[in-house]
Amino acid sequence: MTNNLYISTALRFILLVLVQVLVFNNLNFLGFINPMVYLLFLYWYPIKQRRAIFILISFLLGFTVDVFSDTLAFHTVACVTMAFLRPTIMRFVFGVNYEFQSFKLANTTKAQQITFLALLIIGHHTIFFLLEIFSLAHLLLLLKKIVFTSIGSILLCILFTSLFSVNKE
Amino acid sequence: MQQIINFILRNKITLLYLFLLILGLALSIQSHSYHRSRFFNSANWFAGSIYNTQSKVTSYFDLKAENEKLLQENKKLWSLLFNEKEQDTLPVEIESFNFKVVPAQLIKNSYALRNNYITIDKGKNDGIQQDMGVITSEGVMGIVEHTTNKFASVQSLLNTKSNINAKIKNTNNFGSLKWDTERFDVVQLEDIPRMVPLTIGDTIVTGAMSSIFPENIPIGVIKKFDLNTSESFYTIDVTLFNDMTNIKKVYIINNMNSAEIRELEDQIRNDQ
Repeated sequence: MTNNLYISTALRFILLVLVQVLVFNNLNFLGFINPMVYLLFLYWYPIKQRRAIFILISFLLGFTVDVFSDTLAFHTVACVTMAFLRPTIMRFVFGVNYEFQSFKLANTTKAQQITFLALLIIGHHTIFFLLEIFSLAHLLLLLKKIVFTSIGSILLCILFTSLFSVNKE
Repeated sequence: MQQIINFILRNKITLLYLFLLILGLALSIQSHSYHRSRFFNSANWFAGSIYNTQSKVTSYFDLKAENEKLLQENKKLWSLLFNEKEQDTLPVEIESFNFKVVPAQLIKNSYALRNNYITIDKGKNDGIQQDMGVITSEGVMGIVEHTTNKFASVQSLLNTKSNINAKIKNTNNFGSLKWDTERFDVVQLEDIPRMVPLTIGDTIVTGAMSSIFPENIPIGVIKKFDLNTSESFYTIDVTLFNDMTNIKKVYIINNMNSAEIRELEDQIRNDQ
């Protein structure tokens, strides 16, 4: 079981990075919308694993995407922060259920899953574009990028989660 | 002592997070300065080879359009050649030329960010070095920033750090070309004095004040112009000739005298 977990996590890591940098970074829908689907890694990562390793892997994930898209460390910072905040967000979305040993993402309602995903994405995009634009003089541009890219990312991630849904065992 | 260890153990996740956050922020702040990190960019062999493989596959899809572009460019060059009156023979020794040109294929493009970089498939092995100019058949595209053995990372015109010497065609009024990040087909020409007569549609070309580009390479046309806040200089919006979203083949210009020019400039700077 654990072996299987390592392999599936590694595969997911590689595939999500490749899909992100080769396909979605070149999308440029309406000239600026590049959805970030690699955040699904944070969404899919097993809950009961050690947090330190999760944060380290998230750092590596953000860093790899950064190197490919020449945005050094914007993705990294946003990704690590969201990995750190993930338990807080989960507790907020799923309530006390999250504390139980038998908790599974697949057993929660669709609305809860989407809220969790949306919070991850919006948080990430806010940090990412704050760093990328790095000035409050372009506040309107900043808001425009955060809002529209978030919408694009959320829609595509929901699509992906329903395509590759985890088995309901 | 015991308490310190306990504190570290209790907050190890937070401490790990803070450490990684500071590492990330340090890298980001460094990348906001003039030159980015030398190793962590998409011109390294790993990212470069993956982009290169992708480009090998996708480049087949637009061969027809690329051929058409090449034909147009040849047409332009032939008509230049036929209408040249003074010279009836072409100089043969290419070695004596001031500028050398290396063709390259673009393997990664971006234009949606504030600091956009482009990766090309030629590097140190092909004689590409930092601060060489990159153009397409239509006009200026950027300046080489980092090179590895097989790839080079190019600072696009669409980059807030980009600053290129440009002038209005057939005059000697030059200014610097910058980008305000608003649109990917419009850049800004600054520091043109207000007494210069301007018309919408005037052509902007590279100036003679740089050792990177030869003079008179086309950049774009004037879209609109306004006086800046001090009322003494124009800020001119320039529509680029290049479609920055769709570039496949580029040429890298190697100024054979650039090392000498830079040496001179450094000497002057040191004397001051």
